[in-house]
Amino acid sequence: MSTPVLDVRALAFAYPDGHQALYGVDLHVHRGERVALLGPNGAGKTTLVLHLNGILGGGTGSVAVSGLPVTKQNVAEVRRRVGVVFQDPDDQLFMGSVHDDVAFGPANLGLRGEVLERRVRDALDLVGMADYADRPPHHLSFGQRRRVAVATVLAMEPEILVLDEPSSNLDPASRRELAEILTSLDVTVLMVTHDLPYAYELCPRSVVLSDGVIVADGSTYDVLTDEPLMAAHRLELPFGFDPRTVRARAAG
Amino acid sequence: MGAGHGHKLHYHGHSPVHRAPAHAKVLALLGFMLLVVATPRGWYPAYAVYLLLLVAVVAVSRVPATYLLKRMVVEVPFVVFAVLMPFIATGPRVDVLGVAVSAGGLAAAWALLVKGTLGVLASLTLAATTEPRDLLAGLERLRVPSLLVQIMGFMVRYLDVVTDEMRRMRVARESRGFNARDVRHWPVLARSAGALFIRSYERGERVHLAMLSRGYTGTMPPLHTAEHREHR
Repeated sequence: MSTPVLDVRALAFAYPDGHQALYGVDLHVHRGERVALLGPNGAGKTTLVLHLNGILGGGTGSVAVSGLPVTKQNVAEVRRRVGVVFQDPDDQLFMGSVHDDVAFGPANLGLRGEVLERRVRDALDLVGMADYADRPPHHLSFGQRRRVAVATVLAMEPEILVLDEPSSNLDPASRRELAEILTSLDVTVLMVTHDLPYAYELCPRSVVLSDGVIVADGSTYDVLTDEPLMAAHRLELPFGFDPRTVRARAAG
Repeated sequence: MGAGHGHKLHYHGHSPVHRAPAHAKVLALLGFMLLVVATPRGWYPAYAVYLLLLVAVVAVSRVPATYLLKRMVVEVPFVVFAVLMPFIATGPRVDVLGVAVSAGGLAAAWALLVKGTLGVLASLTLAATTEPRDLLAGLERLRVPSLLVQIMGFMVRYLDVVTDEMRRMRVARESRGFNARDVRHWPVLARSAGALFIRSYERGERVHLAMLSRGYTGTMPPLHTAEHREHR
């Protein structure tokens, strides 16, 4: 088997105040996969995400990205390989214009001049925001800001895109547009979400994190239809949504 | 985008004043201010010349006078103070319209009023004719330390976000029947201000995380080719 893009082994972590967030997490994600990371509030999802690009560390266990261990020395390369899109686009877009925000990441990688411009243009094209390059981010709609936030990370040409609650606060049309963009990208995706229909739509595989351990890892259909598992970890399908009927509809 | 577009102090235009390089405008403002402040308060004709100069610049910039005058309300606290001065100050008295006021206070009030007004008007003209980010680029060209320029950039970027948060908190307060009418309500306002401060602080942390995630190492990398900058 090829080297996984993401290889997390026995990762455990406690915050300085003593709160233990992760108790030995194992997770492998292979190239081209789209994986949903599900779990109730406080399960440790964000803590796990912050380990993937070396923001948090110092616990036990290991994280490797395409074979490169996440350590202090490797942190710059790891952050190029792992692109994290945070939940609130206002946190991610901090520059005066969309162009500058998208250029920030690749410029930190040392890109300059025409190469940098091309990266910015290509990333904005991928999310359909090329016409907004000179706009200040705070004048865009929320859905547009979320798309630009994705572009800021794509411009770094990551090996894996990690999205924290990508569908939160989006209206249905923006939500669908983002789904179309994500499926059109040729990149490995790990998506942290509470939006189970969105996970089912976009991610063939789901992993459930609960109380700091992985309690399920399988096809999204199997996870979402496993009622005892779902109930045990405070996961609930929204009213009226049943993966069985959706699959039947898609098949028929 | 309607009313929301552009910064609230900026008046969109294409006049020579708008097109002048930002760093030149900053230097001009600074020079003008130093000159005004250094002028002895008795030199009345000099102040007339300053005012004419400023009015000429405003005329060339084609920013409507009402636009600037409305924004001059920020000066009101100083005006109030200036008006009080002749009555509070001690020393020899003179009669103005039959009221005895302090001569020293009157002179000081005049100086405060005229220098303050010229300063506010000049600054507003700069703000009206220069986009915030051009202003930042101008400061950078003037070799203002990059850290300071970055901080100002964040301020410009997050001013709207924080104002919006403040507005939502006020709406939430008022929706629960709160209305700040007298001093007894101040503790509530103070707590809101505290909450806003903590929220902004936490946002700062999250922004920093997002910056680190994209490889930030403490210095802002150059983001433009010279050619792209000219296109804007």
